[in-house]
Amino acid sequence: MNINHLNGGQKLAVKYYIVAMVLFGAQILFGLLSGMQYLYPKLLFGILDFNVTRTVHINAMIVWMLYGFIGSVYWLLEEESETEVVGLKLGTLGFWVLTSAVTVVVLVFLLVQGGPGDDFTRWFINEGREYIEAPRWADIGIVVCMLIFFYNVSATFMKGKWSGISGVLTLDLVALAGIYIAGMFYTPNISMDQYWWWWVIHLWVEATWEVLVGCLMAWGLMKVLKVDRKIVTTWLYIEVALMFGSGILGLGHHYFWIGTPEYWLTIGGFFSALEPVPLVAMVVHAVYDSGVRHMKGNNNPALAWLIAHAFGNFFGAGVWGFMHTLPQINLYTHGTQWSASHGHLAFFGAYATIIIAMIYIAVPYIRGQEGIGSNLPDGGWKWKWALGLLNMGVVGMTIALLISGYEQSFIERAVGGSTWLGYFTAQIHPWFVQGMEWRMIFGVMTAAGIVLLLWDLLTIGKEPASNQKLQTKSS
Amino acid sequence: MNNITPWWSSESYWKKMAIWVTAFMFIVLIGLTIDTIPQITAGSERVPAYSVINKHIGYEFNDERNIQVPVIGAEDPLFGKVLSEEEAEALVSHGKKITQGRNCMGCHTLLGNGSYFAPDLTKAWLDPGWSSEPERENLMIEFLMDPIANARSFGSDRMMPNLDISRDEAKAVIAFLKWMSSIDTNGFPYNFTVIDKES
Repeated sequence: MNINHLNGGQKLAVKYYIVAMVLFGAQILFGLLSGMQYLYPKLLFGILDFNVTRTVHINAMIVWMLYGFIGSVYWLLEEESETEVVGLKLGTLGFWVLTSAVTVVVLVFLLVQGGPGDDFTRWFINEGREYIEAPRWADIGIVVCMLIFFYNVSATFMKGKWSGISGVLTLDLVALAGIYIAGMFYTPNISMDQYWWWWVIHLWVEATWEVLVGCLMAWGLMKVLKVDRKIVTTWLYIEVALMFGSGILGLGHHYFWIGTPEYWLTIGGFFSALEPVPLVAMVVHAVYDSGVRHMKGNNNPALAWLIAHAFGNFFGAGVWGFMHTLPQINLYTHGTQWSASHGHLAFFGAYATIIIAMIYIAVPYIRGQEGIGSNLPDGGWKWKWALGLLNMGVVGMTIALLISGYEQSFIERAVGGSTWLGYFTAQIHPWFVQGMEWRMIFGVMTAAGIVLLLWDLLTIGKEPASNQKLQTKSS
Repeated sequence: MNNITPWWSSESYWKKMAIWVTAFMFIVLIGLTIDTIPQITAGSERVPAYSVINKHIGYEFNDERNIQVPVIGAEDPLFGKVLSEEEAEALVSHGKKITQGRNCMGCHTLLGNGSYFAPDLTKAWLDPGWSSEPERENLMIEFLMDPIANARSFGSDRMMPNLDISRDEAKAVIAFLKWMSSIDTNGFPYNFTVIDKES
């Protein structure tokens, strides 16, 4: 791949995007294994147990999304700041350090898996806390790489010029890096542990990540639809106000049942019920701007994925989150397949979609093209089918998991009283098993979508567009 | 039509709003955190001291709060040995580190958080699956040390893998589970059936 014509930030972005897509593939591979283990519990039993496959499934997801975000920011950095990236060599070193660390962590997860109950295990093998299983040495490595990334971004904007988008982005990165540190300590007290653990998980995925993708969405709409900067910036500020206005105290919906005081039931219920509001704003913003421009942009796949992001974020994070966020309902749904249903649609709808959109924005530049129109030599079937398969696959998994979740809430929780017997009575019920079977079918559909997506990203725009071919022929 | 942007849709207005709202909400969160931390510190009313493993722990319906709450009863030392506060904390802490090192959260939920492939452990100490209180400790040790031979699959094909847990490690894990069952979780899990007192 010849990328010498790209600017420094863009060259680094391509590296991040490639690793992101490799990890996206790994996420789905291990997701398929985890899903199969629900149906065939003997599969890889004692070799790669569910706790291993599931840990790799969710960690690959978190890391590929971070790579996607970092790549997207490096991609837009020079254009937005109108100057060269400051400290690019350090940034490139950071990429290699981070990638080596991720490789070692994944290998240790797969080969060593666990260890005795001592500090060595937590520091070097597995911290055993969902989503932040990475051992402590890797946490420190991640923070160092994030600081390098932050230095690149803030120093470049300081040297070049600031904008609304870059201001929000830079402040958001401070919060994003700072919050990660809240998870880096040990306590025997599980209530205290989970109190701070949620600062990392919630304030990342329901606050700082949402604002980060708000910045990417603003930049993406300017790029693809040529929306006026003033409009996207104003919308971005509105989204930040609504997002942090609801999402920061929305953290309270994780403090219902972990030993925290009862006032969190009210605070968490109220503010998290407001969390969908900024996501409605994003849908209105994206749909309105697309409509005003009659859906005519310079990059069809990117525009399609931006719209998928607006709706996916609203339904996945907003609606699916709201459905079980009130404590009166959450009492029965907390820790059931409801959470898995919400997780699948939210992570895909809110984050996977926008990163894919950002990569599609980058692809024509990488291949030296103007954009991606409707005149592709193959009619663009690959990106269209990838879009369809991925979205239908994830929506299908979401509905299947929701059906299993409903069954689990009734039979295990409401009737069975959450005992181990209640749990297994729900797990072997045909309604639950059917949900798991359908999830598997749609999981395979999602995997097919990814294969097609990767194939398309590797090939789209390599051949000249069809009208150019015709012009060449006629001339 | 005039082209002047009204104040409520102007960039500068929303910029200020974004800053003020974020700052305000963050300060409120800090305030609530300052209030919550002492209430979830071990030794508080909601989160008992680790030496609670020396006592009997029940889970009973509270008419006033209309939920089940943990009830700490008479002396009932774990494995028949009364521990000091320091010894109890060391044992519970060892137990928690084992649950982290073996990645229990990769299959189970603790306080409802984790994975959904195996039962929730919040009140595992009180689960009626352990037959009765006099038999519980031994059954738990045997299960943790060899979960395949002593599988508790309740009619499913799912089994816990053998995680090479020694007897001492099993005891530490059980201490952690017993302590966790004493945390006031606002009625979660709801409608829970508690283990029989007598065999």
